[in-house]
Amino acid sequence: MALDATTALAGGPMTPAGGGTLRRLARRRSTIAFLMTLPLIAVIAGLVAYPAGYAIYLATLNRRMTGFIGLGNFEILLESETFRMVIWQSCFFAVTAVILKALFGFWLASMLHHIPTKGQRIWRGMLLLPWVVPPALSTLGWWWMFDPSYSSINWVLTAIGGPAIPWLGEPWWARVSVILVNVWAGTPFFMIMYLAALKSVPDQLYEAAAIDGATGWQGLRYVTLPMMRNIISITVLFSLIVTFANYDIVRVLTNGGPRDLTHVFASYAFQVGILSGNIPRGAAVSLFMFPILAGIAFFVLRGVTQRNKEMA
Amino acid sequence: MSASAARPSDVLPGLGRKIGSLRQERRWALITAYISLVVAAIVMLAPPFYMLITSLKTSAEISNPVGTPWIVRDPTLANYTALISDPMFRGFFWNSIIVTVLVVAVTMVISVLAAFALARMKFFGSQVLATGVFLTYLVPDTLLFIPLYQIVGGLDLLNSKWGLVLVYPTLSVPFCTWIMIGYFASIPKELDEAALIDGANWMQMLTKIFIPVALPGIIAATIFAFTVSWAAFVYPTAFITRPDEMPLTIGVVSQLIRGDTFAWGQLMAGALLAAMPPVIVYAFLMDYYIAGLTAGATKG
Repeated sequence: MALDATTALAGGPMTPAGGGTLRRLARRRSTIAFLMTLPLIAVIAGLVAYPAGYAIYLATLNRRMTGFIGLGNFEILLESETFRMVIWQSCFFAVTAVILKALFGFWLASMLHHIPTKGQRIWRGMLLLPWVVPPALSTLGWWWMFDPSYSSINWVLTAIGGPAIPWLGEPWWARVSVILVNVWAGTPFFMIMYLAALKSVPDQLYEAAAIDGATGWQGLRYVTLPMMRNIISITVLFSLIVTFANYDIVRVLTNGGPRDLTHVFASYAFQVGILSGNIPRGAAVSLFMFPILAGIAFFVLRGVTQRNKEMA
Repeated sequence: MSASAARPSDVLPGLGRKIGSLRQERRWALITAYISLVVAAIVMLAPPFYMLITSLKTSAEISNPVGTPWIVRDPTLANYTALISDPMFRGFFWNSIIVTVLVVAVTMVISVLAAFALARMKFFGSQVLATGVFLTYLVPDTLLFIPLYQIVGGLDLLNSKWGLVLVYPTLSVPFCTWIMIGYFASIPKELDEAALIDGANWMQMLTKIFIPVALPGIIAATIFAFTVSWAAFVYPTAFITRPDEMPLTIGVVSQLIRGDTFAWGQLMAGALLAAMPPVIVYAFLMDYYIAGLTAGATKG
């Protein structure tokens, strides 16, 4: 842009003829820009890039961190029955929870979109509450609701003639409970994203479809979903990352139990690395998440870039 | 909506019946919508509601439930007063406030400066850096907490809230920078040109034009930074084991759970008190909150 002109205008008096290249350099745009981004670069380099490299180094050490054992930690993990369970449980948990969140979120968003705009605010306000409460704290509430002898959910179930459920005591129910809490906490995010996307679909498209004789279902299938495709995939992929790496809910609700059957990567890494003090192996557990996360991140990035191109 | 649907029937009387059924269809759709929303609201609000009910109960009422546990028969504020007069709990609150305020301030300075540079000053590597910011945002805290544990330990900051102040920016800075890039990029270029012609330097341009114009974005980013630092759980759980340095989340989860002594009322009261600040911010600034939430995918 008109930077040279600016320097002449603004900095004119301050630039004596022999001002020196150093001062000119300091006034150059790219130098200023670099200085402005320096704190950001420091955060990314020092607290993300360096720890990432350090994690790889840590994962190749033995328990006492005195010797190099190569891929030993990874091999031991893959041979352990518990860890294979963790892989399976993490994937099962993330995929099921994200699918349910996406479906409920879409359902609620379209219901909200249906009612008059005036009333949407209050409903949106109420339905977003689970997302606002810090998950570790709301999970405490769920933990109490799942309590084996005083479960308020079981009270409701027995009141309507259902069975009492051993929520956190039996492995499969414990898995269901973890998913349930995650879906409860995460659905509002999907709802808000999808509502924003629904609002951005122009009404003329629906009118045109209606004139062509489209039913409501066809309108959804051929107008709404294609228009929202990008937002849907970005939201799903993003949530997949967050859910896959979830820690709070498992830690508070089951702490991995019963018999380590509800551990996900994060809680198992915590258990092995921090609580049992085997830092290298804990780092290795976390690193197992990396390829999956990187794969998802690649698709998110592609989706966002595509979207920017469409909007530009 | 229904008014525009009724109009064609004046022109084409034969369509009347079909329009009528259309209107009925609309009404059913509306009823379905309200039923779904009521059910969803009950499910969504039940846990916080039950937490509130429990927090108002005495331990005696909790341990001897008569009839439904969903109502409170003998409400008491004893759980709240006990917590508020407990120096340990006040300490959790205080730690959370210190850490959050510092992290929000640091985050906003870092991300506004960087976003301004990335949105307006094309320089060598700026595109790569912007992509890097987005990728860092996708890195979950549970991926790197073990090396960070070692690093924080190496700096002798384990069991100290300053260690948290050091690492929390990894949670907040990438997203805040990312949405601020979006907000800054949407400001028309003519504004900066006018400022440049009037002799403003880059710093003046940022403080006099960009920050005021992008204020909604700055509020949204601030709310985000506040929410994530207040709710952060993995880092404090890993780094802090001394109660006097704990922030609220881990303090409530680890210190208020006392075996099987029916301290449920106090535990729920503690969780609700700890959840209060973000809920209050949300109640007053819902639109900014939602703008920040959706900005990640719709802007930038």
